Amino acid sequence: MSVLSTRRLRFLRKLLLGIAGLVAFLVAWQLTPTLGVVNSQYLPYVTDVFTRLFEEFRDVAFWRRLGLTMTSWAIGLTVATLAALVLGTIVGLVPWLRRATHTMVEFLRPIPSVALIPLAVLLYGLQMRAALVIIVYASFWQVFVQVIYGVADVDTVARDTARSFGLTRRERLSYLVLPTALPYLMTGLRLAAAVALILAITAEMVIGNPGLGRMIELSRSAGDATGVYAFVVVTGLLGLAVNIVFRFVERRTLGWHQSVRGEEIR
Amino acid sequence: MTTHTGRIGPAPRPRGAGVRIASGFTFALGLPFLCVVAWGIWSTRSTNQFFPGPVTIFEAFVDTWAGRAIVDDVLPSLSRLAFGLVASIVVGVAAGTVIGLARWLRELLEPLLEFFRAIPPPVLIPVGMLLLGPTDTMKVVVIVSGAIWPVLLNTIEGVRATDSVMTETANSFQITRWERLWFLVLPAASPRIMTGVRQGLSVALILMVISEMFFSSSGLGYRIAYFQRNYLVAEMWSGILLLGLIGVLLAVVFGFVERRVLRWYHGMREVTRA
Repeated sequence: MSVLSTRRLRFLRKLLLGIAGLVAFLVAWQLTPTLGVVNSQYLPYVTDVFTRLFEEFRDVAFWRRLGLTMTSWAIGLTVATLAALVLGTIVGLVPWLRRATHTMVEFLRPIPSVALIPLAVLLYGLQMRAALVIIVYASFWQVFVQVIYGVADVDTVARDTARSFGLTRRERLSYLVLPTALPYLMTGLRLAAAVALILAITAEMVIGNPGLGRMIELSRSAGDATGVYAFVVVTGLLGLAVNIVFRFVERRTLGWHQSVRGEEIR
Repeated sequence: MTTHTGRIGPAPRPRGAGVRIASGFTFALGLPFLCVVAWGIWSTRSTNQFFPGPVTIFEAFVDTWAGRAIVDDVLPSLSRLAFGLVASIVVGVAAGTVIGLARWLRELLEPLLEFFRAIPPPVLIPVGMLLLGPTDTMKVVVIVSGAIWPVLLNTIEGVRATDSVMTETANSFQITRWERLWFLVLPAASPRIMTGVRQGLSVALILMVISEMFFSSSGLGYRIAYFQRNYLVAEMWSGILLLGLIGVLLAVVFGFVERRVLRWYHGMREVTRA
């Protein structure tokens, strides 16, 4: 009973302090233009930004733009994940292939994906397909590298045991390789989801295909500071939602795994 | 005559060092070489103007970037990147240590930090533009405001996870606060800090490029966007190649620094694994 109440007390304290932090931040934001530290033309009042935010929430056009951003995010993430899963499994399972591709991977991976924006624009013009090139390229590596590590991480004793018990290739894949690689895959997926969102919005800002990113850029060039901040807040909330959803999915799919179980027992 | 047919005798002799180096070399450079050759053959046959051959790109690379462009475009970009990176590491580690050591501060700031981390860093460019205008300061500030989060959050986690036995030992030996910080907390957090710096590095590079694509009259991002708008395809490719090289170079330098800083850590892991 007392253990429960201290735990509840601790949770309450955390919650209250967290809310206090948020409120303090919002008050500081409101005070900065009020006291004239920064002109409200460049840093609008928090109240104005939130009013604008609720206006946008009632606007169908806003939801359509949000839908476009999330569509390119979803398509890009799916394509990248599937490609990385297939290629990563093949490369990770075949040692000589792994050695042969190592240099290529180490050279291609650090290329900042935004460097490919001009190429994508040349190829596909100002459309969603150009954005997809960037999104797929950036999120592919996140999953690919994790899958390679995961597939290669199979315990040698378990692998030898499976061999001597005469498990077929398919059985070995589903009972041995998949469980080993799954935690790596989920980590890669979580990272890729965040990166894909960043690049979906970036592409809209730089390329100009319709979506939330383009709205930020349009608001800025129209001198609509309130709009810029409102849309930035929206992208932050989107990022937060993506993080939370994927962390949840990771926990659900890895409920049996040590890394998750260990956390919950404590 | 021996009756054993299995390999019970001495293990097969290891191959000579020369053979090993040669095979490693072939494996490392074989595929890239084949790809470049394949691209070269394909580009001579294809009529697609957006994919010039490797020779054309290489020539454009030399023409474009050797000479004044280094001073005009590459160095300003790199110096903004360096300023931004150093600032985000210094501020991120300092603030992360303070926040990580004080529990109430951590609980106070946690929701805020979660939110700021979730904002896609490139949307900070329009905000920076509003507040600071199209200046060099804006670009550095944007780089810092994007790259600082991974460093800060990883530092907090690392500092928080300092081994409690060691902390209590340090307490009972009455080690001063600064000594404890320097000899216990920071080394204990350094693996996590390095992870954060690695993530911050790629964010910083992305922000450097995009901030220049938007509002600039110099810099790598500006140059590449300029080439694209004017259909200078080979030059544009050479810019992409240069950015790739910078990315690889940064990764190599970081890997080197990480190995130096975390030598004790990797050594320790090897011992526990053995």
